[in-house]
Amino acid sequence: MKQIKKKRWSDYLWIVSSTYFILGFFSIAYAWVGLLCLGTALIVSIAGGGKIWCNSYCGRGQIFMHVGNTFHLTRRAAPPRWLSSKCFRNTFLAIFLLTFAEVIYVTVLVAQGLQDMHQTIHLFWTFDVPWNWTYTEAISPVHAQFAFGLYGLMLTSLIIGIVLTIVYRPRTWCVFCPMGNITQMISKAKAKE
Amino acid sequence: MSKFKAQIENGRCVACGVCEKTCPREAIRIYKGCYADVNDALCIGCGLCAKACPAAIITRVERIKEEERD
Repeated sequence: MKQIKKKRWSDYLWIVSSTYFILGFFSIAYAWVGLLCLGTALIVSIAGGGKIWCNSYCGRGQIFMHVGNTFHLTRRAAPPRWLSSKCFRNTFLAIFLLTFAEVIYVTVLVAQGLQDMHQTIHLFWTFDVPWNWTYTEAISPVHAQFAFGLYGLMLTSLIIGIVLTIVYRPRTWCVFCPMGNITQMISKAKAKE
Repeated sequence: MSKFKAQIENGRCVACGVCEKTCPREAIRIYKGCYADVNDALCIGCGLCAKACPAAIITRVERIKEEERD
């Protein structure tokens, strides 16, 4: 019954996302590219494109699909209902925004010389994982600090997403993805116009 | 007309687009980035979208029963 749909170039964006995460191990400067992804998703929805970013261009979502569908690393179990509740999604969005604000705050402290650059990746809002092997000389300590923060956020979501794909279904992360939530809010506001 | 069709809880839909990609009949579209919308005329009730939906908010329902409810 399942028809094979013709692949589009956008179906291969998982390669871009995978490259992003791999490059972060070698030079933290590449972490800045993550802002481009976040920014594009927002701009597209503000421009009236709805959630086309999530639907077709999110490389991370495609990684989760490959983990589950290509490598069959998924139980295909239904996730708990509270995961898709507005309360949980908005709470998670608030946590994400606070974490992002903290990343900016620490960057400002480094810029003002009040703190040294932390060559660590902050994972799961708790663990500071040493990231000393990464090349940081390409950018200033201030830029590197922001890159470490952003990469930590990105890696945290990737790990959570892969775990949820295995435990539940591919792209369970998307149910409460902060960017997906924001772009859906924008889309709903635009649809009412 | 098939006996079953897909039914989506619009209020909980996160419009991720997994169902749209999964549907072999292209019977699902994401409406303006808000929620997934099923075209009842095209849906054959295969249930693939229900199995793939990451939020598990799609159910396969019997058309006749639904009409009786209305």
